[in-house]
Amino acid sequence: MAEDPVLPPHEGEGDLGALIDLRADIEQTGVAEVLETLDRELIGLAPVKQRIRETAALLVVERARRTVGLATEAPTLHMSFTGNPGTGKTTVALRMADILHRLGYSRRGHLISVTRDDLVGQYIGHTAPKTKEVIKKAMGGVLFIDEAYYLYRPENERDYGQEAIEILLQVMENNRDDLVVILAGYADRMTTFFESNPGFRSRITHHIDFPDYGDEELMVIADKMLAEQNYRFDDAARAAFAEYIPLRRGQPHFANARSIRNALDRMRLRLAHRVFSAEPLVSRDDLMTIREADVRASRIYAVGAAESGAGF
Amino acid sequence: MRITQGTFSFLPDLTDTQIAAQVQYCLDQGWAPGIEYTDDPHPRNTYWELWGLPMFDLVDAAGVVHELNECRKIHDDKYIRINAFDSSHAWETVRLSFIVGRPKSEPGFKLIRAEGHGRNIGYTTQAYATDKPEGERYG
Repeated sequence: MAEDPVLPPHEGEGDLGALIDLRADIEQTGVAEVLETLDRELIGLAPVKQRIRETAALLVVERARRTVGLATEAPTLHMSFTGNPGTGKTTVALRMADILHRLGYSRRGHLISVTRDDLVGQYIGHTAPKTKEVIKKAMGGVLFIDEAYYLYRPENERDYGQEAIEILLQVMENNRDDLVVILAGYADRMTTFFESNPGFRSRITHHIDFPDYGDEELMVIADKMLAEQNYRFDDAARAAFAEYIPLRRGQPHFANARSIRNALDRMRLRLAHRVFSAEPLVSRDDLMTIREADVRASRIYAVGAAESGAGF
Repeated sequence: MRITQGTFSFLPDLTDTQIAAQVQYCLDQGWAPGIEYTDDPHPRNTYWELWGLPMFDLVDAAGVVHELNECRKIHDDKYIRINAFDSSHAWETVRLSFIVGRPKSEPGFKLIRAEGHGRNIGYTTQAYATDKPEGERYG
């Protein structure tokens, strides 16, 4: 291709004494920077960060090995991200695309995020062109398939998803240099998916599991989200929100950071309403501080109270 | 007789690496590459067949090269070209077009003289290949 990311083979191939500065390599490619941002911007997710560091280390070492002429096959980079909703799979996939790009394993470093709808057609002969179209767009970058287990519908043997799976498998094998595929979804359903599609399991070497966030981590995330939008909690509101998190967790459809973001959006709405209906003169502080009343207005507290009342 | 037309007509045929590099340039400019083929080599033949649709929204040339190879599998013995369409306002036209595949043997053109009034002669050319019907030309 236009730019060959691989460094030319070292002059003396048998020269075992020549030293390569891996640290300099990491610095130079900017991977260290990406890893640091990952550490700084993503709260929690310790096991995920650990795995990404390991993967990055592997890629740097592979690169160094090629520099000194130690022949290696291009590593298989397809990955699977499993975890509950809102645990940062998409965000990490974006960072991953960046890391792969900086290390020269992905030429463009862009990420195409798709779901079943983008790959599977509605009638016979519709699926293949659709899937190929998406694959062509993702070439040179990363194809992120969210909720990948929907591709396989065991209850309908004529489901077109199977066709998309076959094309994907073919591309994952033949165009390993052009495309990295990341599959994402709930842990249990992905396990079933891999069991019924052994082709996928054998082509994916990196399985990364995303744990749920703890209550304190969600609190930190909430503060961060607010700070990014120039809002903040006052002390009472923060205390109220700390109560809110475990209550929300007990409710159905809890989606970790995403639920927190939605809750914050509703609080902004209440803040706006409160400020708007109060006196016409507002200060800068009024416009950015979420107060306890904005938090406490959530119906979660009522539900929580009713449930704990029923429990006694 | 080796037919030439389009952007790199004065150069030898491009290698696959060179083709990929040119396509990448087109993509970087925001143009949509499309693949076309024909078995009528006449220079005034502007109606080439489309291979699939023009490829909008691509980032990397690998996708186009993949399609080109698919096209070559089937239309190995025909002329294949890549067009890059610029959809931006006031251009809305092909910005770059070059041949990426040709038949193994190209018999060339016959010169036809048509005698007119007096001693006037009108000239035209006809490809030997087009003596045969479409689909049976070249091999």
